[in-house]
Amino acid sequence: MMGNIDWTEIGQATLDTLAMLGGSMVLTVLLGLPLGVILFLTGRGQMLENRLANGLLSLLVNILRSVPFVILLIVMIPLTVALVGTSLGVAGAIPPLVAGAAPFFARLVETALREVDRGVIEASFAMGARRRQVVLWALLPEAMPGVIAAATVTAIALVSYTAMAGVVGAGGLGDLAIRFGYQRFQTDVMVVTVVLLLVLVQVLQMIGDRVVRRVSHR
Amino acid sequence: MIAFEAVSKTYAPGARPALDGVSLTVAAGEVFGVIGASGAGKSTLIRLIHGLETPTSGRVVVDGDDVAALGVEGLRALRRRVGMIFQHFNLLSGRTVAQNVAFPLKLAGRPAAEVKARTAELLARVGLSDHAAKYPAQLSGGQKQRVGIARALATGPKVLLCDEATSALDPETTEQILELVSILNRELGLTIVLITHEMDVVRRVCDRVAVLEDGCVVESGSVEDVFLHPASETARRFVREADGEPAAGVGLEGRLVRLTFRGEATYRPVLGEVARATGVDYSILGGRIHRLRETPYGQLTLALTAGDVEAAIARFQAGGVRVDPISPGEGA
Repeated sequence: MMGNIDWTEIGQATLDTLAMLGGSMVLTVLLGLPLGVILFLTGRGQMLENRLANGLLSLLVNILRSVPFVILLIVMIPLTVALVGTSLGVAGAIPPLVAGAAPFFARLVETALREVDRGVIEASFAMGARRRQVVLWALLPEAMPGVIAAATVTAIALVSYTAMAGVVGAGGLGDLAIRFGYQRFQTDVMVVTVVLLLVLVQVLQMIGDRVVRRVSHR
Repeated sequence: MIAFEAVSKTYAPGARPALDGVSLTVAAGEVFGVIGASGAGKSTLIRLIHGLETPTSGRVVVDGDDVAALGVEGLRALRRRVGMIFQHFNLLSGRTVAQNVAFPLKLAGRPAAEVKARTAELLARVGLSDHAAKYPAQLSGGQKQRVGIARALATGPKVLLCDEATSALDPETTEQILELVSILNRELGLTIVLITHEMDVVRRVCDRVAVLEDGCVVESGSVEDVFLHPASETARRFVREADGEPAAGVGLEGRLVRLTFRGEATYRPVLGEVARATGVDYSILGGRIHRLRETPYGQLTLALTAGDVEAAIARFQAGGVRVDPISPGEGA
């Protein structure tokens, strides 16, 4: 029944998936959060309203989001090689993962910021806050539950992206599932990888929900 | 303390102005009410005072500064001298009560020890010392507004702006918050500008009032004058809302007059004295006896029928009672 399973290989693949997920998640937040904030602030009626900047950023985000991730993986190979020296393995997977997830996260952040009560922002200005203080001390903290929920959704999307990255030689659980489970008809390997991915998603969602509850005081 | 000089504000070119040539002055230490229906320009007016909006034309001078001429830092300094409270409180939901009160001090970069001491003092003043560690969502509306007030006072302002500050509160809580505002006015010498759509709020706490309609000041003066003898239709409407519909004198015989008693005259039995002395007969068609801040007042609508009506009117006037003739149907 479990005759095809090489637990060492599965362990390595799991570690690779976690490394891809962790590395790309950190970079996604580092890039996507400021991008989302800028998208929000340059939007209509906001404090840094700028139609040109907002239009260009919005276009970039839409382009990256409209390319199916499998295609993005392949299209980005030259850029990936230029950035990290290889298009293979964990390192080679991270640039396309970030390119796919950061725009997605940025849009979710923008939405979370829109949910913040304008009255609170106005009150902050009325108290003599600078714009910077309003953004860092009022806007972002007030949006924090929404931003954490957005990060959770993004992390889960990244799990499925890492599985797809297996197609172009990234390694990890998705790669294992395709090479052994699909191409060699080893159903048991397929089942184990899928179960592991499922557990990973469950754990991420649980952590996310718990953090949201902790930071939310509504 | 605050002067509006022919201030107009138009949001979009060609649109109807939100404020149209408004001139008014607010003296230091007074409670100044601005009453108007929604869309009359009240919010715009209050936002011009600390530069959240800039006038399209005219000047707003606050505490000696032309608001439009202040730079970014000047405006921040002004905003520390002008506190504001809001209809929906606008507290930071992710910060505790104490952190909310400390927020303006943190924005101003005050040292932590000072922030802590000042926050404790402010919470004690508004009676919320026991709730310092709670989050706004755990408080009642009245408590939230107290946090708002403590926060507005944090930087030691000279002026407090109240933007419909009691409109989201029940009558009892409204009373408590207005009482607190009155105390702050007396004890700290705060100048208070209060915008509202309720005449009752004006009657309870204001010294002077301006009535705003379609971006224009249609009437202004002491609360007593505007409340007892409203000259504009808008002011009359607000007074009626506060006091209920008066009985109309349609179909009654005799001369219709409105008597206004103020201060001590309110409690003297003037009506009986005059009736006995002049033999005049009267029917009471409507009346109200109330207080404007500390001043008691009464207003009665009478139909004077039999007897020497002219002599009765002269006697009322001699007794310190104002007599206004009214036409049938006009009411109080």
